[in-house]
Amino acid sequence: MSEGTNRRTVLAGGLTVGAGLAVGSTLARTATAGTTPAPNTRRSVSLVVNGTRRRLEVDPRTSLLDALRDQVGLTGAKKGCDQGACGACTVLLNGRRVLSCLTLAVMHDGDEVTTVEGLASGDRRHPMQQAFMDLDGFQCGFCTSGQIVSAVGLLAEKPDLRRAEIPELMSGNLCRCAAYCNIRDAIATAAGLGEDG
Amino acid sequence: MRTFDYTSPRTVDEAVRLLADHPGADVIAGGTDLVTLLRDGIRTPTHLVDVNGLGLDEVSWQPGGAVRIGALCRNAIDDPALGRAYPVLVKALRAGASPQIRNRATFGGNLLQSVRCPYFRLPEFACNRRTPGAGCAALHGDSRHHAIFGTSENCIAVHPSDCAVALLALDAHVLVQSTRGTRRIPVAELHRLPGRTPHEEHALRRDELITAVELPAGPFGAHSTYVKARDRASFAFALASAAAVVAVRGGVVRRSRICLGGVAPKPWRSTAAEEALRGRPLDDAVIEAAADAATRDAQTRPDNAYKVDLVHGVVRQALTELREQS
Ligand SMILES: Cc1cc2nc3c(=O)[nH]c(=O)nc-3n(C[C@H](O)[C@H](O)[C@H](O)COP(=O)(O)OP(=O)(O)OC[C@H]3O[C@@H](n4cnc5c(N)ncnc54)[C@H](O)[C@@H]3O)c2cc1C
Ligand code: SF4
Ligand code: FES
Ligand code: FES
Repeated sequence: MSEGTNRRTVLAGGLTVGAGLAVGSTLARTATAGTTPAPNTRRSVSLVVNGTRRRLEVDPRTSLLDALRDQVGLTGAKKGCDQGACGACTVLLNGRRVLSCLTLAVMHDGDEVTTVEGLASGDRRHPMQQAFMDLDGFQCGFCTSGQIVSAVGLLAEKPDLRRAEIPELMSGNLCRCAAYCNIRDAIATAAGLGEDG
Repeated sequence: MRTFDYTSPRTVDEAVRLLADHPGADVIAGGTDLVTLLRDGIRTPTHLVDVNGLGLDEVSWQPGGAVRIGALCRNAIDDPALGRAYPVLVKALRAGASPQIRNRATFGGNLLQSVRCPYFRLPEFACNRRTPGAGCAALHGDSRHHAIFGTSENCIAVHPSDCAVALLALDAHVLVQSTRGTRRIPVAELHRLPGRTPHEEHALRRDELITAVELPAGPFGAHSTYVKARDRASFAFALASAAAVVAVRGGVVRRSRICLGGVAPKPWRSTAAEEALRGRPLDDAVIEAAADAATRDAQTRPDNAYKVDLVHGVVRQALTELREQS
């Protein structure tokens, strides 16, 4: 099926805008996406990924997400929609959570990127990873790496986080399995918040 | 995706020189809109000028109390002084997109983001805004999200920004620079109505760079709020929104701004609603009259007639909030 046909099929099912457009069209996009770099337009970029300096030769069109997955070989950041609508590709960029599908690798020379692979210390899980496991903060797991990285970014942004704020401040991470209640509980636990915290 | 040259200048002068020298160049800031437009082939620049390294990310308070927000300040901006002086702006920003997107999205990019009309974003559909003269697929398609004010027979898309609606209500200006010098454009004149030329989306010339947004000195902006109605509780564009700024003295409204989002091709000022408030106390009857006035002259289509009630609702809610605060 061509990309066009596929997207039209999605449209026939009802038009949605932006954030809602994501999930259906995604599948088509992911299958045909990826960059075909022209040989002489590559640029050299130096990224600090999970603490290790990596020098990459990237086509300027390559998203940070594709560079991480295809060139650095870290597949923790997922390509859910490739258009900013799902949060599965969330990484920390110089400590702030961002969507790696909406930025180009070439724009990040010298930047520090943390993916879900960089959260644990050796064999010791990050407290957020542990809380997601303890509280079943997932079902199929596809959105989970993005959820965990986003939650770590959230706690850095807001050390005084309250439990009631979690749904709004995690609204950039969709979960197709709708594990939302357990995700919220996991984040609240990792943040040391009780039932009414 | 077509390939392009990428440059990351270090000064504004260098950046505007690049824009002047390369007619096919596009500015990239946060990239949260442009990257998808490139990927889908909606935009095909020959050059990308990355403006993240220009140092345009400062908030500076001017001697008279006005404030200049650098074009590269992120939409996640968390400045308590801004929140106190211009609540409507901070509320509109927080109601937009998601935390991850706000961490990258910039003021300049937010103002100049492209419409979310699905036909604009899918090259296989006819769209006058993308291809002048091609026709408008939305006129015969799904227009549930489309405009009820300011449309033409050539385009009925809405401007998607929340921030721009707040900036209009605050009488903000954008500061722009090119190799010819600098100028100030009122936010009210930044976006164009489609008329016969929907592809001419804004007043910026091709080689001009937004360097900052300037908000006038208080206290006018301090009594303000933003209310947004959307398909779900969070992370969705506005179906209708209202930015309201009201100055009450001696028990009556002396001055106000009522601006609407999600319902017109540009942030939409409702002077009729402002008229309904002027010189009157902010009570239930007056709020109701202003909400009615805000819906006046709406031109609906079967798919989007529901927006009239939403406009009424968001205006009423915004004004009710402000009454309760005063
Ligand atoms: C899933 C999703 C949901 C969203 N929801 C909302 C929402 O609810 N409300 C809302 O308001 N927005 C929403 N947005 C849009 C988002 O706010 C914009 O994408 C963002 O503000 C654009 O800023 P940017 O810096 O990333 O711009 P870019 O993508 O870098 O650029 C956008 C445009 O502006 C131009 N540009 C950027 N900076 C300058 C400058 N300084 N001078 C001249 N030209 C410039 C670029 O050339 C380009 O044409 C959403 C986006 C996504 C992906
Ligand atoms: S409404 Fe405007 S943007 Fe949408 S298809 Fe018609 S011309 Fe294009
Ligand atoms: S892949 Fe869905 S937001 Fe990036
Ligand atoms: S666990 Fe399946 S998408 Fe979230």
